[in-house]
Amino acid sequence: MNIYDLIFYLFAALTLISAFFVVTNKNIVHSAFYLLFTFFGVAGIYVLLGADFVAIVQLIVYVGGILILLLFGVMLTNKITNVEIKTGTINIFSATVGVGLFAGVLLAAVLYAPWKVSVLQEPVSTTGILGNLLMNEYVLVFELLGIILLIALIGAASIARR
Amino acid sequence: MIYEFFNNLFGSEIIAGFIAASLPLLIFILPFALIAVLLERKVAGHMQDRLGPMRVGYHGILQTVADIIKLLQKEDIIARDNDKLLFNIAPILVFAGSYAAFAAIPFTSAYIGANIDLGIFYIIAVTGLVVAGILMAGWASNNKYSLLGAMRSAAQIVSYEIPTILVVLTLVMFTGTTNLMTLSENQTALFWNWNIFGGPELSLAKFLLIPFMIIAFLIIYISTLAEVNRTPFDIPEAESELVSGYHTEYSGMKFAMFFLAEYANMFAVSAIVSALFFGGYHSPFGYLGNTLDIQWLIPVEQFFWFTFKGVFFVFVQMWLRWTLPRLRVDQLMTASWKYLIPIAFVNLLIVGIITLI
Repeated sequence: MNIYDLIFYLFAALTLISAFFVVTNKNIVHSAFYLLFTFFGVAGIYVLLGADFVAIVQLIVYVGGILILLLFGVMLTNKITNVEIKTGTINIFSATVGVGLFAGVLLAAVLYAPWKVSVLQEPVSTTGILGNLLMNEYVLVFELLGIILLIALIGAASIARR
Repeated sequence: MIYEFFNNLFGSEIIAGFIAASLPLLIFILPFALIAVLLERKVAGHMQDRLGPMRVGYHGILQTVADIIKLLQKEDIIARDNDKLLFNIAPILVFAGSYAAFAAIPFTSAYIGANIDLGIFYIIAVTGLVVAGILMAGWASNNKYSLLGAMRSAAQIVSYEIPTILVVLTLVMFTGTTNLMTLSENQTALFWNWNIFGGPELSLAKFLLIPFMIIAFLIIYISTLAEVNRTPFDIPEAESELVSGYHTEYSGMKFAMFFLAEYANMFAVSAIVSALFFGGYHSPFGYLGNTLDIQWLIPVEQFFWFTFKGVFFVFVQMWLRWTLPRLRVDQLMTASWKYLIPIAFVNLLIVGIITLI
């Protein structure tokens, strides 16, 4: 086994274990902090796949933005930290069917997708290539996404002013 | 170069990477923190017309060493109602965040922890860990002052990250690279090639750029000052109202970790500012190693200049701390959202237009 495989399994284990704790933990602040490790593990996997830009953006957007916002929300909401969150099971039959179907779809996707396999090589920086693609080929989609984000921003501001 | 040396020595890129990555901690951050804490107290003392620490060693030179020994011996107090797990992780997370930033900072042309292409964005990304760690510390302490301090700190860092990123974006647009190593290399030779003087290309644009570069530098300096929670933006720690903010409950070595992280951060932002605007590790007057034709002297000189610039900006931070009064929370937010961000945006546009023509 290659040492890079070992690092991959380390990050994968970090992601999975912390994700498990996010879902099962009864304390909502603890769940939020476990989410930090999940995001971090995913960023590590991106780096190992050679997607450096995506990994950095993952950290900036999810850890620096969304997680902090989430923690703020949780901490500012009065007494939510003392609320017992139910983690029991209800509707076992329909849940099993739903989860089973979803797992089947995922498994089929993993098994039958035409994965691009290439020999391990020194990864090149993807930033320039991504920038060129965004500004040439996908410029319309890119601008549309920008407008959608702007609309969301204006909407949030107008709701907050009420 | 140092990485290649270790790679040849051990024959494994992983071991070499680990050793090269731990170098800044062992040979730089720890000694720097020792000196900087002493410097802070001396600067504070002299600015207030007193002497500062004088008893331990010559003019108090061993004062911080004595302090560290005291901190090592201290009892590690964890209050009953603290959230023990998060309380113990938080200092490690905060320090890990500020230490990780050092990986992408070029110390000399021969040494950089990881020469990644997205250096400056990587540094901005790992700062997020510091915010999460501070929030964690404040919440786990189960103390009103700590929680208030942590909230203020997180709000402040998140708001001031925007002008910082805008200025970084200006520089990235102007130089066309996000790699701090290349960024520093571009500003080689004499000091008028530094980005604050309009970059290395001699043209009309260079002279047009100088005032806007100075504005950009001022914006990034003010906002990084706020990001490391220094006075006049130190409301997260405001001693007179919050005891000492998010690390009120911490004692012993855990408190020392926060302290170490704070000083490491101060140097990191100074190093980033000097790499962006003041030529990074480059000497302003050319190298003695070139004149005497001694090749190994050049990295040593570069290391000297890099440290000199970094410590100079750290000194300015201390100077400001004992000069300016603390801002109120609303003034702090106004300064960021109503002044720094619009100015940074306009500056970004103007620099972009000048670069194009």
